Formats: sequence, C-alpha cells, structure tokens
Amino acid sequence: MSLIDISGNLLFVAFIAYLVALLFFGGSIKQSNATGKNTEKWGKAAIVVTIIGFLAHLSYFVTRWIYTGHAPVSNMFEFTTAFGMFIIASFILIYFIYRVSALGLVALPVAILIIGYAAMFPREVSPLVPSLQSYWLTIHVITAALGQSILAISAVAGLVYLLKVVDMTKPSKQRFWLEAVMFCLVVVVGFVAVSSTFSAMDYESKYTYVDKEGKSREMIYNMPPLFGMNGYEAVEEHGMSPLVEMPALINAKKLTTVVWSLLVGSILYVLIRLIIRRRISAMIQPLVKRVNLQLLDEISYRSVLIGFPVFTLGALVFAMIWAQEAWSRFWGWDPKEVWALITWLFYAAFLHLRLSKGWEGRKSAWLALIGFGIILFNLVAVNLILAGLHSYASN
Amino acid sequence: MENIICACGHSNPYGTKLCEKCGRPLTEEEKQNKVADMRYDGSAIRSKTYNKTIIDKIWNFFSSVKVGIALIIITLVTASVGTILPQEIYVNAPETGKAAYYEQVYGWFGKLYNALGLSNLYSTWWFQILVGMLAVSIIVASLDRGIPLHKSLKNQRIKRHASFMKRQRIVAEGRVADAEETLNKVEEKMKALHYNVRRDGNALLAERGRFARYGPYINHVGLIIFLAGVMLRLLPGFYVDETLWIREGETRAIPGMEGYFIKNNDFILEVHDNKPQGEQVKQGVNVVAKNFQTDVTLYKQPDGALPGDLDNLEKIKDYSIRVNHPLKENGFALYQMNYRLNELKEMRFELVDKATETPLGEVAIDLTNPKKEYDLGNGSSVKILVYTPDFDGFENGEPRTKTSVPNNPAFLFKMTTPSTPEGEVSFVEIMKPPLEPLGENQYRMKFAGAETRDTANFTIRKDRTIPILFVGGMIFMLGVVIGSYWNHRRLWLQVGPNGQVLMAAFVNKNMFSMKKDLDAVTTFAHLPAYIDQLEQAEDNEKEGDHTL
Amino acid sequence: MEKKQKRLVVRTIILIVLAMAIGYTVYGTATQKKVELIAVGSEAPDFTLVDLNGEKHKLSDYKGQGVFLNFWGTWCPPCEKEMPAMNRQYQVFKDQGVQTLAVNIAQTDLEVQDFVDRYKLTFPVVIDKTKSVMTAYNVDNLPATVLIDPDGKVVKIITGEMTEGNIASFMELVKPQ
Repeated sequence: MSLIDISGNLLFVAFIAYLVALLFFGGSIKQSNATGKNTEKWGKAAIVVTIIGFLAHLSYFVTRWIYTGHAPVSNMFEFTTAFGMFIIASFILIYFIYRVSALGLVALPVAILIIGYAAMFPREVSPLVPSLQSYWLTIHVITAALGQSILAISAVAGLVYLLKVVDMTKPSKQRFWLEAVMFCLVVVVGFVAVSSTFSAMDYESKYTYVDKEGKSREMIYNMPPLFGMNGYEAVEEHGMSPLVEMPALINAKKLTTVVWSLLVGSILYVLIRLIIRRRISAMIQPLVKRVNLQLLDEISYRSVLIGFPVFTLGALVFAMIWAQEAWSRFWGWDPKEVWALITWLFYAAFLHLRLSKGWEGRKSAWLALIGFGIILFNLVAVNLILAGLHSYASN
Repeated sequence: MENIICACGHSNPYGTKLCEKCGRPLTEEEKQNKVADMRYDGSAIRSKTYNKTIIDKIWNFFSSVKVGIALIIITLVTASVGTILPQEIYVNAPETGKAAYYEQVYGWFGKLYNALGLSNLYSTWWFQILVGMLAVSIIVASLDRGIPLHKSLKNQRIKRHASFMKRQRIVAEGRVADAEETLNKVEEKMKALHYNVRRDGNALLAERGRFARYGPYINHVGLIIFLAGVMLRLLPGFYVDETLWIREGETRAIPGMEGYFIKNNDFILEVHDNKPQGEQVKQGVNVVAKNFQTDVTLYKQPDGALPGDLDNLEKIKDYSIRVNHPLKENGFALYQMNYRLNELKEMRFELVDKATETPLGEVAIDLTNPKKEYDLGNGSSVKILVYTPDFDGFENGEPRTKTSVPNNPAFLFKMTTPSTPEGEVSFVEIMKPPLEPLGENQYRMKFAGAETRDTANFTIRKDRTIPILFVGGMIFMLGVVIGSYWNHRRLWLQVGPNGQVLMAAFVNKNMFSMKKDLDAVTTFAHLPAYIDQLEQAEDNEKEGDHTL
Repeated sequence: MEKKQKRLVVRTIILIVLAMAIGYTVYGTATQKKVELIAVGSEAPDFTLVDLNGEKHKLSDYKGQGVFLNFWGTWCPPCEKEMPAMNRQYQVFKDQGVQTLAVNIAQTDLEVQDFVDRYKLTFPVVIDKTKSVMTAYNVDNLPATVLIDPDGKVVKIITGEMTEGNIASFMELVKPQ
C-alpha cells in the first residue's frame, strides 16, 4: 500500500470515528436527560472517539503532505477536508474549555457533512502551478482555514442556542428559518448521496457545447443531464437527454448537480418528516434542553473573539503579503479576496452590534449562523461560480 | 447643557450614566436597569453632549455606532455586488472593447452592470466616499468614546456606592466575622491571581487586564494608518506600476525605473512530468506548468548618464525571475507575469535552382538585425530589398508591415547568381509560394528552417506605502489581539464595621474565566456566595418556558 | 463656553482634514491615468542616441535651436504619411535654427535604412533600441511629436498625424528669435 492509499484510509477511519463519536454524544445527552447516570462515561467515550478520529484525520493530512510534498490545501478536496479537520480541532479545544457535550451534537454533523462534501471532489494528487509554489500557501491557507473553523464553532454554539430557545409549538419566522437551516444540511446529504451513487455507477455523458465567447468546447457530465449546455450536442449519451437547454452564461452541468442535490435532498427531507412526524429542529430540541444558554452565548461570542484575529491574520494579512509577492499587488479585488473582506466586515459588524448595541442571545446566535453562511458561500459558491484568480481550487 | 450633580456631590458631564466618582446611576433609564450598562464605564459619550451647530450634527452622525455599523453593512453589500460579474481588469478584452464585451457576453444585464459603473466598482468615486465615510466614522467614534473611557478608567475610585455595586452582573451580599481579615485574605488571593489590588479604608478594588479595554481603540488606529497608506499611494513618486514585454536577447530600459536596463537572457517554461490522471484528463489538461522563469541581467547607467546612452552600463546582478520570486532592487520589484513562446528570431533560406533543386548556399537572417546583403561565396549573393516583420499586404506596390513584431515576416529578395548576374527578384512570405513580380525566375529562396525565441512579460512595481500599510496592519492585529484575548476584570469589595459584605464583579467579556477567579477567592476568603444576575433573569424566563 | 468653543474648533478642523483627504483620494483616482510624465513648460528630458551613420545625437547639443522631436515607426501609417512633409519643412527651417530629430522605436537598422532611403530623408534619424527615450518621454501612441524651444523647454506635445501646414507652424513656434 502506498503512502497515498494509507492517507486515504486514514481519512476514512476519521470519518467513521466521527460518526461513532456522534452516536456517543447523542447517548451521553440522552442519558443525562433520562437518568443522569452514566453521562460521564458516555461523554468521555464520545470525546475520546472524537480525538481518535481527529488523530486519524491529522495523520491523513500529514501523510498526504509527505506524499505530495506540499501542504494538502491546494484544491477543493484538500482544502475542504482540512477545513473539516480544523472544525473538529476547534471543537475539541472549545470542548476542553467549556465541557458542553451538546456542541458535539452539532459540530460533528457539520464536520461530517463537510468531509462528505469534500470527498465528492476529485481526490488525485495534482502538481502545483507556479503561483502556488510558495511557503505562503501553507501559512496563508492553513491560518485562514483555522480562523474560519473557529468562527464556525460560533455558529455551532449559535445553532444549539437557537434549537433550545426557539418555540417549536407556534409558527414564527425563527422557527421557519431554523428548519430552513436543517433543510440545507439535508440537501448537503442529498448532494453527497446523489454524487456517490452516480459515481459508483461510473455515470458519464459527453457533450460538445458553445461557450460564452463563442468557442466550441467539450463537457463531461457525471450525473444524468437535466440541463444542457448552450448549443449542446451529444457525443456519448447515457440514460437521458437534457430536458432544457441553458444560455451560455449558465453552467448547465453545475446547475444539474445543484438541482439533483435539491431534488434528492427534498425527498430525503420529506421522508425524514414522514418518519419522525415533526420538524427536524423539534426532534433535536429535547436533546439540547439542558444546556446553559448563558454559557452557549458566551461560547458563541468567545469563538468569534478567538477566531476573528486568526481569520484576519490568515485571510487578509498573510493573503496580502503573499499577493504582493506572487501577483505584485497586495489587493486586486478578486472575488475570493472580496468575499474574505466581506466575511471580515460581517464579523466586525457582529462584534460592534454585540459590544455597542447589546445584541446578545438570539440575535447574536442568528448573526453567527449568517457569518458561517458567508464562510460557506466563500468556500462553495465563490470557488465554483464566481471564478477568479483563486478558481484553481475548483479543479 | 448642564452638568449633573450626583448625590455624592460630584459634578458629572451631561450624558453621564453612572457617576464618575461613586457609580450611582444618574439617568432614569439607568436607574431602571437591573444590571448597569458598563460599556464605557458609564461615562458620557462626547457626541451626546452637544448638538448645536451643523459641525456638531455632522460630528454626532459619524460618532454613532449605529451609523458605523450601517456603513460597514453598506460597504459589505456594495462590495459583494462587484463580484456578480467579473471586474473590468479581469475581463479578457481590449481596453476599448470592454463595454461591448459585457453586453455581448452577459446581455442586457451586462450592459446595465457596465453602464452603472459596477464593472469598475472599487474605483468609483462613490465606493471611495463610502470607505472614506467609514474611516471618518472610525476616527470620530473612537475619539468620542476612547477619551472619556480612558479618563474614567484612570480616575477610578475604590469606594463605590452600593447602588452601583448591586447593579453589577455579579453581586454577593452577606456577613463575615472579621472585616480586616476578609479584606486581607481577598487582597492576598487576588494578588496571587495577578490582580492589581488597591484599598481605601474598608473598600477594596482588584483589577486585572485593564489594557484590554484599549484594544478596540488601538486596532482602529491601525486601520486608519492602513487607509491613510492606501491614500498616499496616489501621491506622485509613491507608486509605480508598469509593464514590460522583453524578448530573449533584448536589452530594454525598465519603464518607471529610471536609469535601469534589463536584459532577457533566457525564458524557461517547465512543466510537471506527472502522468495526467483523473480530473486532469477529464478537463483535457495534458500538462501542468511547473515553472515560469526568466534569467535576466540587471544593468544600471552610471550616475548622470542620459536616456539612450548605453555606454558603460554597469551590471548590477544576474537573477532568475520566477513567479513568487520577484527581482527586488532599490525599492522596485520585477515580477514574472506572462510570456509568449516562439516568436521568430532567425530564418534560414536556401537558394535553389527551381528546376533541379540544386542548392547554391544558405542564408541565415537574424530578424533582430537583418543584413542588407548576404554573400554566398561561389559568385552568388542575396540582397534584401525590403523586409517587413509583420506583412499585411501591399499598398501602392510597397509591402506594408502591421507591427514591428516578426509575426509574419516577408522579404523582397534579389538573388544574384553566376547564371543570372543581373539578378532576379522574388517576394517571399512565410508559408506561401514566392511571388515573382518581375517575371519567371530560375532560382528561388527555399525555406530551410527557423529559430525562435520567447518573450517574457514583467510587471514593474514600486509601492512606498507598503511599510505604512505593514505598520498599520500590525497595529491593527495588536489591537485586535489585545481586545480579544485579554479581558478587563474588576472586583469591588466593601466590608462594613459589623461585618456586612458587599461584593461586586465586572468583566467586559469571558465571564466564564472570571467566575473561576471568583470561586477561588470566595472559597479562600470565606465570602458569601455570589449570584449572576443575568443567569437569574434567564432562569426565570426558563421557568416560563416550561409551562408551555 | 470657552471649552465649547475649543471643541467646536477641534471638530471643525478634524472634519475638514478628513473631507479633504477623501476629496483628494477621489480626485486623485479619477485623474490617475491621465498623468503625463513630461509637462508643457518643463525641461525636456535630455538623451543621447545614435543615428544610422553611427553619429551620436544629444538633445542638449541643440540648445539655442528649436527642436522638432518626432517619434515614429515604419508600421505606423500616419508616421509614414507625415515624413515627406517633415522632410520638406526641415529643409526650410534648418537654416533658421530649427532642428528635426526623428526617433525610431527599436526597429532594425535595415528597416529604418530602407525607409530613410525610400523617402530620401535628410534629417537625422536615430533608433531608440532600448526604448529608454520613449519611456523618458512617456510616449504611448505613434506618431508623437514634442516641440522644444531653444532653452530646452517643452512647448507643445502633439499626438497623431500632422499636415504640412501644422508642421510648418510648429517649427515656426520654436524658431529662435
């Protein structure tokens, strides 16, 4: 077995460990709700398994680093996997400061989904283009990802907070949006499910199309095409033909992926609702009913306080130093740069609202969730849609 | 506006929430609060004090945190709008064709986007004014809050009024046996916990990490220095941004860098020798670039030499400019940005008899310095009557060149051989059969090969604002770290003559850690148990929840 | 009252300074691209270049004479069109103290020599091999002509093609008194 295979297996071990740890966290909370006995044991087991998973994850990272010769953060798969790892690391850190098991109940699923999402991207080792050959790749990307993952913990705490406080018995905006967050998580599951199914089937359809500058190009679909590229013509088609042709401006392949994920995600969501006969958030609510709200609010705020300087350093300061070195200017208003700035401005607003306007509790929790939404937008949408200088991350 | 006289006799500026001296609540609103508003330690925010002239009104506008947050949000939203479509600088179209590009590629939306100036959003006047207003807000709001806060923290009294203490988040009340012993023990413990302890009679104030309160103001100073640095870039001499295309073998004056010359010795393009697999194959990418490098020699004219004077050029250094490894000299940096491969440098032709293909010799024409005439020995020679590097058709019978670059070289040759002593004229264009304007020839110039060379593209940059930006950035980081990773903890303690204890504690953030200190000191000095007034409030709320 | 006055003055000054900074930034950005390296009225940057016969031409050697400095290339049709007119006017003005100097932008000797021969140009033609004079004069588009008076000051900068009438009047402009 070569090093890269070992590395891949380690990642798989980590993934399984996180799933197991999640069960333990659930168990620990169930126990504490029911009898109050054995909670220690369950909680300890949960965090131990999480740490084992993290160590496997870290070993994946190190072995891949050794194999490729550069920090494994250079494409979408590598970066997203590392992001998941840092979320777990931040969670472990916060867990040992505050010892709140309920955080694991949200942090682990988020990390699991992120790793699952990452695994849907090509996993081969790709050599580095010249602009990435710099030690700043390691410094900038790792610091930025670390900052983002600490900020993510803020959203995790915020979500737990909201799951506890939002009244599930009466219709309200908060109840709606909280369930919308749950729905989004299910859609990610849908994406992972549909991608891995078609990839297991080795699905491939090939088309030629005309791009927005009028050039003829080729596109391979890995999912049955719902939407066709502008002026598409089948080269090798399986199963179905595109239902609708899209204008050149829209990448119909990506749209197909999004729609498939939404479709499968929605079906999954409806199935879950039919089985549990409640909202997903209402199902989770009893699990978090014993958490201390003051403490959660503080964890959420503290995570922003810890994460904000790290994020600033990694995503802005180091980014500028590297950009000056590689591209001759420290700032170029590239979409990725702009969205890092937007993230930064958003958390600055968050801190001011909290400090000067007294936005604590629910408001603060919602802001933490929106902040994480912006981080994910920067990770997913900016890389895949608003292609710019950083778009190498998409292949 | 009058000052407010507190019950303790102290005169406070208008707008003060908590008496500067004793801490009694001064406003009706403040009296209603169960827990005191300690944001600026209750001091008056300066802008709230006057509101008379237009200057004061503008000042007050920018002093408001609400306005500041609104400006942040507006900037954030505006900035995001600029990412919907690519900005002009990233659009692959000639300078004059950009407007058309937006319409052609993005339709009516692109046209509108471009017409509204959104395609160049970040250098529009209104975006700059927006950022400028944010800067004004940062300065004014910091001045208005930082100065009073500083005064209030500097002049803290140890003894505070009971109404102040009871309205802190953490309060403890009870009795102890020995007043003096309690005070001593608290002092001992708090000192052990690295607090700064001051005593005044039966009152005690333990304080730690006061400097954390200055973090936000420090980071605002850093931000302002940063923004000032960005502005300075507009001053002449602070900023140079030029571009240079240079072919292998050429020596060029470096634009923007007076007196410096650069010679391109060699451009190197290396690709990874990995076997393409997976996604790389799918996307049809056969090779991945590994290195873009230009080996250059940097020269400098002697001092006082004139432009164009190439005598006595002084060699500064040899360097390999690569991506991520710019050539740095005298505050300037040259970056490897782009390249063009395989521009013709030398063309070789054979003079052959058209019928028999018998060669009479070969000429190698250096396109960078073609000679007028090439002698082939054996009595034959070739003369270049006209050379056009980028042939673009004839005009009035003369061949024309489109550019000075040898994209499509063409020659009007005059071939002289012993059998054709008066010479034959032939027009030779690359990849085309020769034209024979003066009648059928016996000989022709047969293409025999070519040498090419590469062209490298550099950006020449000087940015004297970088040190200022760096200092600003570092001060900002310092301020953020101070403000985020440290906190200001205070504990007030008063012990009455017959042992009544009143203790209060404040922390601007991270109550969790403060409580650890409080637990330690409570146990050590046998203080009455403290209560967290915010948690109490929440518990009540929770009781309510349970009934649902 | 006095304190209030002082505060008002301080606030006014701070706001004015900030407003000026913002105004300057907006103005500076708007005009950034139009900055010319050489300005009318300033000293023309001195240079030295070699002509086709290997002779050096130094701008400052022509002090006391007006200089008609023309930047050109063989690929530029308007450059080509104005050359014969320049040649004729050179003959008219050279004895009245107006020198014509044509600076070719980094082409090969052969091309330049052919061009000179074809149009029988009589004024000195120098080649800016390293584009250093072009850079010093910030020349972007060809043709570009710089009129320099006998004191070495830039009188006028003309970009684009000139008619023979233009050329004559421009030479008149820099003729020594």
